Formats: sequence, structure tokens, C-alpha cells
Amino acid sequence: MSNIIDLKLFELVEKIKKKEISSNEVTKAFIDRSQKSKKLNSYITENFENALQKAKQFDEKPDFNKKLPGIPLAVKDLFCTKNIRTTAGSKILENFFPTYESTVTQNILDEGGIIIGKLNCDEFAMGSSNETSFFGNVQNPISENLVPGGSSGGSSSALAAKLTPATIGTDTGGSIRQPASFTGTVGLKPTYGSCSRYGIVAFASSLDQAGPMTQNVKDSALMLEVISSYDNKDSTSVDFKRGQYLKDLNENIKGKKIGIPKQYRVDGMPKEIDELWKKGMKIIEDNGGEIIEINLPNTNYALPTYYIVAPAEASSNLARYDGVKYGFRSKGKNLIDMYEKTRSEGFGDEVKRRIMIGTYVLSSGYYDAYYLKAQKVRRLIKNDFDQAYKKVDAILTPSTPSSAFKIGEKTNDPVSMYLNDIFTVPINLAGLPAISIPAGHDKSGYPLGLQVIGKAFDEQNILNIAYSIEKNINFKNNINDWWIN
Amino acid sequence: MDKLSKENKEYLIKRNTNEYEVVIGLEVHAQVLSESKLFSTSPTKFGSEPNTQVSLVDVAFPGMLPVINEFCIKQAIKTGIGLNAKINKKSIFDRKNYFYADLPQGYQISQYKNPIVGEGTVTLDLPNGEKKIGIERLHLEQDAGKSIHDIDPNNTLVDLNRSGVALMEIVSKPDLRSLDEVNSYIKKLRSIMRYLGTCDGNMQEGSLRADVNVSVRKKGSKELGTRCEIKNVNSIKFMQMAIDYEANRQVDVIEEGGSIDQETRLFDTKKNETRSMRSKEDAHDYRYFPDPDLLPLELDENFINDIKKNIPELPDEKKKRFIEKFKLSPYEANILVSDIDTSKFFEEVSKNSDVKLATNWITGELFALLNEKNLEITESPISSKNLSKLINLIKKGIISGKIAKTIFELMSDGDKDPEKIVEQKGLKQQSDPKELEKIIDKIISENPKNVELYKSGKDKLFGFFVGQVMKSSGGKANPQLVNEILKKKLN
Repeated sequence: MSNIIDLKLFELVEKIKKKEISSNEVTKAFIDRSQKSKKLNSYITENFENALQKAKQFDEKPDFNKKLPGIPLAVKDLFCTKNIRTTAGSKILENFFPTYESTVTQNILDEGGIIIGKLNCDEFAMGSSNETSFFGNVQNPISENLVPGGSSGGSSSALAAKLTPATIGTDTGGSIRQPASFTGTVGLKPTYGSCSRYGIVAFASSLDQAGPMTQNVKDSALMLEVISSYDNKDSTSVDFKRGQYLKDLNENIKGKKIGIPKQYRVDGMPKEIDELWKKGMKIIEDNGGEIIEINLPNTNYALPTYYIVAPAEASSNLARYDGVKYGFRSKGKNLIDMYEKTRSEGFGDEVKRRIMIGTYVLSSGYYDAYYLKAQKVRRLIKNDFDQAYKKVDAILTPSTPSSAFKIGEKTNDPVSMYLNDIFTVPINLAGLPAISIPAGHDKSGYPLGLQVIGKAFDEQNILNIAYSIEKNINFKNNINDWWIN
Repeated sequence: MDKLSKENKEYLIKRNTNEYEVVIGLEVHAQVLSESKLFSTSPTKFGSEPNTQVSLVDVAFPGMLPVINEFCIKQAIKTGIGLNAKINKKSIFDRKNYFYADLPQGYQISQYKNPIVGEGTVTLDLPNGEKKIGIERLHLEQDAGKSIHDIDPNNTLVDLNRSGVALMEIVSKPDLRSLDEVNSYIKKLRSIMRYLGTCDGNMQEGSLRADVNVSVRKKGSKELGTRCEIKNVNSIKFMQMAIDYEANRQVDVIEEGGSIDQETRLFDTKKNETRSMRSKEDAHDYRYFPDPDLLPLELDENFINDIKKNIPELPDEKKKRFIEKFKLSPYEANILVSDIDTSKFFEEVSKNSDVKLATNWITGELFALLNEKNLEITESPISSKNLSKLINLIKKGIISGKIAKTIFELMSDGDKDPEKIVEQKGLKQQSDPKELEKIIDKIISENPKNVELYKSGKDKLFGFFVGQVMKSSGGKANPQLVNEILKKKLN
């Protein structure tokens, strides 16, 4: 059984249910490979021993009615996990051990999943390359010294390198979809309110949403079924009827109207991306779907709007890391001095930059010009989508304006880094679901993704469209295990 | 049980030839009476061991989220109705950002631009009539924890039991003009909230505190002067002292040709003075913005109406009813309704006995007894049942008012039954005319000189005869009958 790690999540579930393989075998296989893959730096915290115990316990008393029966999973280190260190990629939480479990990871545990570790991410999920993590860069398994995307970079890296059969990330402005696109994997950001935010270290509360990152669309449908739930511990959780995403997954997109927003044709976008986009459109048409040009006139304002709203919320959300109650504390002459030293030493540059931007845009005298204006534009962006959805069932765009870049290439140019989120950010501002699926490669052989955006709570529809494209596009990830000696 | 002063004196500050009027507005922080906190399920019990009434949400652990306690929302709406105020169907919780050791989130969740309750009015019962005080708004917010600086010489300790407890901030318009009005306003607010059961109004435990806004202006001026805000004053007495000091300070500044700086000041209760805490320039920039963890609070019409239907009779209505139904004077009615427990006690007593006597006995003897023993009416050593029995004994002529006072004293030792005391001690009033005649005849025959003097016109001696009869009957003679018989015999 040397090929356990090559099996898809849904295949592993089937084989465990058929007792062809045990949870222990599966868990051991992924842990073995994880141990050989330290060079990727995907993990912040390993939970291997504990996971093996849990796997044995599962095998002794298996419950095959679970959706993830004895399946090992590593998760982004933004989810609080009971008694397992949770750092959010920050020094300020370097030694933080939650006494509680996030709702999303609890849902995984309740369905028989086993947590094998916590995956690297940009500090407080602020970044697009995983380079802001206190725990160091993460390697993209596609090629050495290539970023895995961010902020869920440890997740995309571990998933593409098959250190975990599936994973979960969080997406505030593209943090699931962009790393998925950079690593040739599938990433789904559900509708805001679908997955509970309880126990997820907050970045920007009105935008944050957890979601699956998987090898294929079918696995995403399965993971979404597990993690999406109404939760009265999160006031923004929405009590809608959740679908049976896996059972209802099908590739029939006949008669579906798919919108193509002209505003997503940005200057300087590589030719390969445009070609890929056209390829996607052709697949849709070949399968009975209809392509309709649509107008999202306020798209250009999405990025500046996002970089006001997200830092504003973050500046307030991160105020609790003050050295008083938990986490890192530096010694100070007095309270103010302690605050200043703790936060200066405990936060990295990108986090400080965003706290400062956020504090500025909320300051009296600037609030109306920035935060309030941004909220109004946010409403306009949402209206754009509402208008478009009167004509179409879903929207197809590229996931990112470029493929993965080299480590260090953009660290000194935050704006160029921010531009990476240009296709993903509007979706968070509008609270909509979107999925990125691998669709091709650029001239360097790096993966590129297509994004399918849906109506609110219409995850089934975009899963089906993505499933159809996936079946027809014949994408194959070229990973040669360069990091394993 | 304080009595209103008979006069509502104008409160003016005189300097040289100028008279200044003092303009006062209050921001009262009233702790919502609730089992659990505004956004968490931790209990709110006062006086518990430090940091025992605390949840993960209250300590602001990573990923913890606030969830609105519906009961606190109902309490705020109830209070709004009690203040005759507009209930806003949509209100928004904002974050007020600042750093402090006892503020775990680094922000307080409060309502800034869109409070749950809008404008209303409170009616003050002043000696010369009623006065309406405008209410600007009522909003809900979280309380902070407590920083303790005086236990450990090197460290500040933090108790988060109070962190997250629901407060109602009730902001008045600048309609108050004197220390008496401030006293009356606070007591009225407290009374309304206690009637509604929305705040226990316990100032010692900090359930009711206020920030006081004070400005002065020359008498007759229409424009408001620049105000100073005195933070966190926790008793009516301190409020009055602080206002008096601050108003005089402001007048002095103006009289010396200076101007008032808008600033926040602290009241030092030991030195009886206010001190500058921070000027307007140094004011915190709280960076208010809507809390993205909470959706706007939208209230259904039916939800509000259901609460309205269950509002109990409030002091103003009760006062009106007491005046109309029991023919009490407004003054008497005020005293009886101002405290909900007093009004309950009164209604219990008067239900089974004479209303007039019940009013007099409660506001007279009973209040004196409670004052003397420093007790609340709920702890009264004499139950309403026994007090009404006593009143019935008087009313039926079984005992005299004077004997009743003696019995009242005996009753206060263990809530004894007045009927039994009368029986055991033989204190029944002597109301048999024949018996009384015997005594009177005896007194008349023993005092021939006084009889003569009386008949020659010394009317005042009538009292002497009454006194002698009462004395010889051991105080039990029915005074009315004694009067009648004496008059007949002597004239």
C-alpha cells in the first residue's frame, strides 16, 4: 500500500469504510510523508503521536457512518484546537494552547476526522505568499523557492505535497483560492455565514470565512458538508438549509448561464491566463452552458475598498493581543510601555502595517473619507453582483492575475503583493461563494486556476460547474518530490 | 426615607453683581438586572471571588465571539418605555477602541450613532410642582473589569467579574438646574427602574453611577456655556458636592475674565474638588465603528408590543391613582410611591385598614422606626398585616392613639400581634360612659377649687381635668368620650 498518499480523500473514505485500509495505515502514511517533507516548512505544530493514538482508537471502535471515518487531516493554524498549540503564524501567540475547539474543527472531529497538525500561514492570515509567518517561509512543492500563496500557504503546500489528504483554510480576501491556484489544487470559499467563525483567530470579521482545500472538486463537496453548520455561538452564522453537496454533485451544466465580467481583463495579465479563461468558456459551451458577457463596473474599486475595510477591522480585532491575559508579554516600565514593547516585538511588519492603516482609516477626521466611503463602495460592489445574477447563474474568472512568484520577489513591494488578490477580493466584499480549480500551466510550468463565483448559498451550483470543468480540462500537477532526498 | 424640602429654591451662584445659573446634564450608567452578561453566558453575581464570573468571551480569547443576550435587550426596552421614550426598531452595536488592562478585547462594545432607545422624558416631583426632564437617549454597552492598584505594591491586579456586564447609559438633556433637581432626578430614575425590575439601583455596589456635565451661564442668558464632564461619580451626595464645586470654579474663572475649557474632570471625594483629567485636545480617539461580529439589532413591532403589555404600574401612574382613589395629597402620594417596596407595603396595609391612618402611621411612626434602626422597608420589624391590625384597633375605638404608640413599640420587638398585646396588657380603651362618669365625678369632687376657677372663665383648666381622668384611668380612657362627659358635667 505505498500509494495511500496518492488516493483522493473520497477514495480513502471509501476504502476505510470497506475495511480495505485502516485509519492507522492512512494516518501513518501521511505522517511518514510529512516527516520526510520538513523542508517545505508546511507545519507549525505536529500532532503526530496523538493522531496515531486516535487512529488506533478509531480502528478499535470504528464508526463507518461518519463522513471522515478515521481520516487524518492537518489544518491551518488559524483554527483554535483544544490542547493543540495555535499560533496564527505569530510570535505573539507562539505558546498559546486553546482550552476550546473551533466549531469548524469540532465538526471535523465529530465526523471522525483526526487532526495531525497545524499548518503554516501568514501572520494573522495577512499576506499572499506565506512570507509574513513568524515560523518562516513555506516552499511550494511545484518548484523550489516558489511561494505557495497565502495566507493559507502551509495548507496549500501540504495538500499539493500530499502531506494531508485534504485541509481547511480561511479566506478573507483570497487566502484559500489564491494558494490553491498557486499549487494546482482546489480551494472553496463558502458564502459568508456558511461556516462558523467561532474559534477562528479573527483577521477581518466581516470577510473571514473558512473553507475546504482539496485535490479535487468532489473532495471539496465532501469537506464542505462536514464543516458548514449553523452555529449560535457566531451571530453572523446563517441558518439556511445546507445541501448534501457530495450526493448532489453532478457535471450536468446544461442551460446554465455563465457570466464573463469584462472588468477582469486587466492590463499586463499573462497571455496564458487569457487563453485558459477562453478554454474554460469553451468547456462550458461544449457542455450545454451559455456564456454571457456581464458588467461589474465597480471592480476597480474592490482592492482599495478591501485594503480599508480589512485593516480597519483587523486593527480592532488584534487589540486583544496586549500581553495582559495570554500570549507573549514583554517587560515594560509601566502599562503603556509594556503594551508598546509587547506589540512591537510580538507582531511582524505586515501586521503592524495593517494595524496602522486600520487605525488611520478609523480615526476621527478620516473615518468618513475612508471607512465610511469604503462601506458605501462595498455596497456598490455587492449591487454589481446582484445585478449580474439577474442574468446569469454563476460567473467565471481567472483566480489570480499571475502564477506563483519566487520567495522574496515581492516582499519589499506590498502594493504589488496586494494586487495578487485583485480577482478574489470582490467576492469577499460581496460575501459570495467562489471556488478556484486548477486549469492549466503558465510558460514556466506553474499552475494557474479558474474561479467560479456563485450566488449566495448556491455552493452546489458552483461545485457542479467546477466539477464539469475539472472533468474536461485534464489538468495534471507536475510535482517531482524535489524536497525529498 | 427623605422628605422633600418644602421649597424649591432657585440655585444661583452670586459673584459681585452677577448671578449665574447652573446647567446640568447627567449620563447615568445603570447596571442591567440580568442573570448573565450582555454578550456571554457568565453570571453577573456581585461580590463573588475575583475572576470567577468570567467566560472565554469575557477574557477575549482568540476566536471568541459576542452573542447578544436577549433578556438584556428586553430590559433596555422596558426601561425605555418607563422613560416614555421612543424605542428604535434598528440599533447598532459599535466598538469603542482603547487600551486598558481591565478591557480584555481592547474595545468596549457600545452603541454610538444608533442607540436602542431615543428621546423620552422623566417627570420630577418637586415641592412647587412637577418638572419634565428630557432624555436624550438610552444605549446598551459592556462594563469593563476592575483594576486594583492597592493590594500588590508592584503590580496592578485585574478582576474581570464585571467585564461584559450589561449597562444602560441613560443620557439626559441639559435640563437640570439645581442640586435638588439632580437628587430628585436620580431618585426618580432609580425608582422607575426598580419598579420595572431592570436595575436594582444599588449605588454602593456600583449598579448606578453617573458622569456629570456642568456648565454655567449668566442668569437670563439663552446660550449654553462650555461644559466640563465629571467622570464616574457614585453617590448623590458626591454628585451634589462635585457640581457645587465645579459650578463655583467655573464662575470664578469667568469672573476673573477667563474662559472655560471643555475637558474631562475627576472628583476627589477626600479633598472635595474636581481636577482636570484630560482636555478636549487630549481626548481619546475611540475610533468607533460598527462591530462586525454583531448584526444590526432589528426589533419586531410585536416584540416591543409584548413588552409594553407587561409593563407594571409605574410611580407616576401609581401616584395619580393614590391621589384619586385614596384622596391622598400629592405630597403624601409622592412619599408612598417613590420606592416600590414602600408602595407595596402601603397597599398591603391600606387594603385591610383605614387609608388615612395607614398613610400617617407608615410615613410617621414606621419611617421613624426604620430610620432609627437603619432598615429598608422590606426588613421592617413590623409586618403590614400587624400594622393594619393596629390601625383597625384604633379605628374601632378599642385603643387610643396614644396607647397605640406604646403598642407599636412593643410590636417592633419580634413583630408581635397588637391584638394579643392589648389583651395581655389590658390596654383596651375605657369606653363605657358609666365607668368614665364614675372617674370624672371623683376627679370633680376632689378638685373643687379648679372647678370654681374653670366656671369663672379659666377655660384652659379643661385640659387639667382631661389629664387627671386619663391619668387615673391609666391612659385607657376614650379621650373623645372623656371630653364629651367632662363638658356636660362642668358646664
